[in-house]
Amino acid sequence: MNIIYPLLGLSIVIALLFLGAFLWANKSGQHDDMYTPSVRILFDDQPEEPNDQQT
Amino acid sequence: MTEKFYYDNKTVRNFAIATVVWGIVGMTVGLLVAFQLFKPAMNLGTQYTTFGRVRPLHTNAVIFAFVGNAIFMGVYYSLQRLLKARMFSDVLSKIHFWGWQLIIVATAITLPLGFTTSHEYAEMEWPIDIAITLIWVVFGINMFGTIFKRREKHMYVAIWFYIATFITVAVLHIVNSIELPISWFKSYYVYAGVQDALVQWWYGHNAVAFFLTTPYLGMMYYFLPKMANRPVYSYKLSILHFWSLIFIYIWAGPHHLLYTSLPAWVQSLSTVFSVMLIAPSWGGMINGLLTLRGAWDKVRQDPRLKFMVVGITAYGMATFEGPMLALKQINAIAHYTDWIVAHVHVGALGWNGFLTFAILYWIVPRIYNTTLYSVKLASFHFWIGTLGIIFYAVPLYFAGFTQGLMWKEFTPEGLLKYPNFLETLLQIIPMYMMRALGGTLYLTGVIVMTYNLVKTMAAGKLVADEAAEATPLPAVYVAQGSDKKWHRILERKPLLFLGLSLVVILIGGMVEMMPTFTVKSNIPTISSVKPYTPLELQGRDLYIREGCVNCHSQMIRPFRSETERYGEYSKAGEFVYDHPFLWGSKRTGPDLQREGGKYGNAWHYNHLFDPQAMSPGSIMPPYEWLIDQKLDTTTTRSKITAMRSLGVPYETGYEQMANAALEKQAESIALDLRQNNIKIKSDREIIAIVAYLQRLGTDIKAK
Repeated sequence: MNIIYPLLGLSIVIALLFLGAFLWANKSGQHDDMYTPSVRILFDDQPEEPNDQQT
Repeated sequence: MTEKFYYDNKTVRNFAIATVVWGIVGMTVGLLVAFQLFKPAMNLGTQYTTFGRVRPLHTNAVIFAFVGNAIFMGVYYSLQRLLKARMFSDVLSKIHFWGWQLIIVATAITLPLGFTTSHEYAEMEWPIDIAITLIWVVFGINMFGTIFKRREKHMYVAIWFYIATFITVAVLHIVNSIELPISWFKSYYVYAGVQDALVQWWYGHNAVAFFLTTPYLGMMYYFLPKMANRPVYSYKLSILHFWSLIFIYIWAGPHHLLYTSLPAWVQSLSTVFSVMLIAPSWGGMINGLLTLRGAWDKVRQDPRLKFMVVGITAYGMATFEGPMLALKQINAIAHYTDWIVAHVHVGALGWNGFLTFAILYWIVPRIYNTTLYSVKLASFHFWIGTLGIIFYAVPLYFAGFTQGLMWKEFTPEGLLKYPNFLETLLQIIPMYMMRALGGTLYLTGVIVMTYNLVKTMAAGKLVADEAAEATPLPAVYVAQGSDKKWHRILERKPLLFLGLSLVVILIGGMVEMMPTFTVKSNIPTISSVKPYTPLELQGRDLYIREGCVNCHSQMIRPFRSETERYGEYSKAGEFVYDHPFLWGSKRTGPDLQREGGKYGNAWHYNHLFDPQAMSPGSIMPPYEWLIDQKLDTTTTRSKITAMRSLGVPYETGYEQMANAALEKQAESIALDLRQNNIKIKSDREIIAIVAYLQRLGTDIKAK
């Protein structure tokens, strides 16, 4: 059952990687605003003048 | 100061078409295997279309071809818009698209030919495994490259789901693909027995988590608000359940091995994590459904939202059922039955399928600058699809309970009430027929959708490059306070570097470490357990080629109902030479762990030649080609050598004598068959597979 050690190790590495990502997200202000992003995605960002694009 | 740029819609369109095409292929193959389960003649009489070889084709096609392409379609569409940036590189997008299609074609050719590793949902042989790794890295570079050149500082929650998908699938795939090649299309896993089983289900479970779940949650968080034109119910909840989901999911894999020879503490640990998973899973479901609060009038009119609602509900049901199935008491009945097949199809048809359809109906008109050809047809698709799921799942649940309980029923005298396995199977054949009907309905809906989408595309014109405008981020982000250093270091290249180096380290590290970890513990703990003879080894590889493991388990759980029926329960020490393990996950036929010596060679010969003659009503297909085809003995030498380097104690130099030993054993079996009036040459494949079947479980068999 030695295989359990690399598997545990790997799972922990992945978890730590995610933890690092979480800490980065927190520090860099990704979680500062917990509302605006949900509304922002509803707006499209096409240019003012109508060209090769629509809604 | 705004910048003008263009979104790449062409790649999105290509992935959309691939999704539809492979969806039809994968589901048609699924239907083919469903029909074979009550009408074996539906194998079309060839080895290439027989259940054992085609069932993996179905699972891989719907997971990696249908769902895989749908993920890329959704990611390429939403990522660009969420980050306000075109995909990092058009060349990489092209390589990604065509590379993935080539992998699918290679899989569709090799699996029916019998080139399989036998690991469920990872049956592709090693060259394809390498190709998958490379293309996955291409996808990663393209995604992270886009993230780094984004014009929107905040990374919307969907992107986090995509990142988690990329990283975890990379790790899972690599660890589960450490194989020792012996030729272009044959390899042995370096892991054996219990260890191999643990790796496979660590992979298998997390593939469900990070291929079928996280990318779809990400897509749900983008497309559902867009479709309903309202923000997600709680953005805070979405962040919270994302982080908790990815931290908990990775520990639940061993719940696929409850009551097996896996150490009990590993089983219990996985149960605990499985139950914990209900919280983050339902966080996602609740957040999705509540997004529609006050907008149910839209659901009534818009079939896309209908698809979303049923899809998210199916997700909620499947993620509640999963933890329940991970409880030992329930697992004891459900495992190996059609209950599990019903469970995964609620997820696959409901969650993955319906979300994919909704997104297709939403994206295609948009990138073709038109409206959907027919909302009515889409509505029809929704209803026939829902009916299809019901007709699929309900009969299979019923079949699962019925058979699971029949296997365990005793008479008052203490004997098995249904000692003949076949009796429990014949009971549920009508359910298999209804399931095939459900599948037919579902596929009909997909074909109607295809017509609808083709008409939509014909009515519009692809906007290959869609113009957009956004303000770029400051070239150097000015951080406040203590953030200063970390920002510069982490936000730009290093993250990409980190991801890539992880992949490289994994490949290198695994190749070096795994043999050490696995070989050491391959020292047998049961002295009577011996390596397979060369003929048995060849027979075992035929067993793998024919996909017998898809219907027959080799794992007797420690229940009286199983030891009465099959014999002594399985011990971990019995599998130390099994590269790969062949425990199986479904008993369409009986367990074969103690098959050795149960019947004579002649019985096995006749049974493989014509199963119905020996067991009337059996749904096992005939394997006549094993009688016609000569056993390829040129591989014996390299197989023995490969096994030895994996820790199987064949003596040095044994590979030289292996074929002589093989011929001797084959001759003795052929002689025995001749004495039973069966004329057969000793060089046929059937001799090898009979030798393997007769060996099964005999090492520690109680007389």
